[in-house]
Amino acid sequence: MTGHPTTGPATGGTKPGIRQRLSRAMSPGTAFSARHQSLTTVVTFAAIGILLPVIVLLPPFSGFGTQNDWVGGFADAGIFVLLAIGLNVVVGWAGLLDLGYAAFFAIGSYTYAYGASPFTGLHIPFWFMLPIGAFVAASFGIMLGAPTLRLRGDYLAIVTLGFGEIVPAVFLNASTLTNGTNGIVGLDQPSFGRLFGVGDFGFTNPWPYFVTILGIIAVAFMLLSRLENSRLGRAWVAIREDELAAASMGINTVTTKLLAFAIGASTAGLAGVYSASKLSIVSPDQFNFTVSFTVLAMVVLGGMGNIWGVAAGAFLIFELQSQGLKQLNTFIGGLGLPAFNLGPITVDLATINFLNYQYLLYGLALVLMMLLRPEGLFPSRRRRRELHELPDEAERGNVELSEADEVEL
Amino acid sequence: MTTENAPVRHAPPADGQPMLRLTDIHSYYGNIHALQGISLDVFPGEIVTLLGANGAGKTTTLRTIHGLLRPKRGAIEFEGKDITGMPAHEHVGVGIGQSPEGRRIFGRMTVMENLQMGAYSRKDKEHLSEDYERVFEFFPRLRERTNQAGGTLSGGEQQMLAIGRALMTRPKLLLLDEPSMGLAPILVEEIFSIMTDINKQGTTILLVEQNALMALGVAQRGYVLQTGRIVQSGPAQDLLNDPEVKRAYLGG
Repeated sequence: MTGHPTTGPATGGTKPGIRQRLSRAMSPGTAFSARHQSLTTVVTFAAIGILLPVIVLLPPFSGFGTQNDWVGGFADAGIFVLLAIGLNVVVGWAGLLDLGYAAFFAIGSYTYAYGASPFTGLHIPFWFMLPIGAFVAASFGIMLGAPTLRLRGDYLAIVTLGFGEIVPAVFLNASTLTNGTNGIVGLDQPSFGRLFGVGDFGFTNPWPYFVTILGIIAVAFMLLSRLENSRLGRAWVAIREDELAAASMGINTVTTKLLAFAIGASTAGLAGVYSASKLSIVSPDQFNFTVSFTVLAMVVLGGMGNIWGVAAGAFLIFELQSQGLKQLNTFIGGLGLPAFNLGPITVDLATINFLNYQYLLYGLALVLMMLLRPEGLFPSRRRRRELHELPDEAERGNVELSEADEVEL
Repeated sequence: MTTENAPVRHAPPADGQPMLRLTDIHSYYGNIHALQGISLDVFPGEIVTLLGANGAGKTTTLRTIHGLLRPKRGAIEFEGKDITGMPAHEHVGVGIGQSPEGRRIFGRMTVMENLQMGAYSRKDKEHLSEDYERVFEFFPRLRERTNQAGGTLSGGEQQMLAIGRALMTRPKLLLLDEPSMGLAPILVEEIFSIMTDINKQGTTILLVEQNALMALGVAQRGYVLQTGRIVQSGPAQDLLNDPEVKRAYLGG
């Protein structure tokens, strides 16, 4: 047993009677707690929606851009938050490593392009396209999942990686259908009259997008966080731990895994529709491997399995990448450091563009996290238990454990 | 492959219908003909044991019954229904529970969560609490450890949890694969004595064991497997006294 320091709260303390514990453990998630959870989600997102635009009016943030710049950035960050909580279903909850998640994002985006652009002449309203995009992406999730989910671990990762490459390649090469490398342009922007008094959707006004993505994320949160503690959520945990044992418990492992894939894909579909409507253009280069990788890094760094942690991780990483690195450039450049001369190489920090090194920095951050805090920044309780070999429980059962271990052959 | 020795049924102990009936089962791992015509019956209320050396096909038989391996030939019936090739997850629904080889408990779930997984497919939620209570009566050690992660239990406790988890499916027939594996003799005795209690309360048991002496001690009947074939069968007492069985499996 490795002696990791435990960060978890001690689960000991006063022990309620067994019957009490039993009845608590066995009572199904009550309607009250589910409603309570949804209310918490709504309040939290309302608070985030009010606080974020206010915080950026304060220094130092106010020095980095106007409020509208920031709010536009938040609206973009929301895309990745949505992607990350969707991928978390697949990777964090069901334990299926998906390296081609950007494919479903792409499918959602192109669905919007087909449904609401001059390219097809269709102009289905954005609000209808959201569920359509989610549905189409989920269908592709099932199509990919059905033949491949019998594979495990590394093999599944390779197949999803392939799918993630194939989808943008199809959009690139099927040029009569997709306009190839130029992509599809002039997509409809959403309209909702004057949404919640924040003005019209448009390139110059980020506020409606900000409110919209916040709403989409809040709804996704409500639905997904209920899943975590549902029957399906428990089946995912069981499959993650031991598929054969899960089947012996009566869990249909194939449909359970397919559902994880479909739900994850549908969330990416939502993100795709929203993203396409905001950019008003889709092109194959928006969906390359770095998107899949970035979202996976967000899930891992944020804390696999914990939907709030994953969302926070995605937001932080997105802001670090889009704002942090830019500000680092300005900051280091402003220090007026002299250039180092290392033999044939001259290193001039003042002229380094840190944005070019973002993937190097991701890599470093991932390696450091895996060494120091493999459960992520904001881990779920279960994941922490999985990665730190349960020192507190082991200590409590210590005496009897060692006795039992000794007599074991 | 044709079997010259047609399926022989040895000494059905009770009248009436068998709960589980295997008829001339042939299973393959790739090209390896692992089961070469297994026929056996388990009658309601019995403990039947399947004995044999390593590689004789004991676990393969259980895997085939449990739908993890599809037999090339032969039929499996449970309570008169054909369940050949029924996928593993549907077995719980018809009343077959299993504690698999190597226990396979959910190591990162607590003891309680493991038992809850056992109740995953249960539709009769009103009987759940009495069933948890029943498992804890069989295995008081589990009661002491409800909030402990399964992976931190000792080997014996993990075996108890695996059986307890299978009991939570409310099986009519319980398939046990090597419950004595890797356990100290004193724990093996404890588990076998609990197994008898479980059986007395009405659960039929098909027990796969290498520990032939222990297994024949609790079982009413036994089958002896050798390289994919049943070479001996009969009442447990007869097998215990059989010179061939004694020589090969009882070290006598």
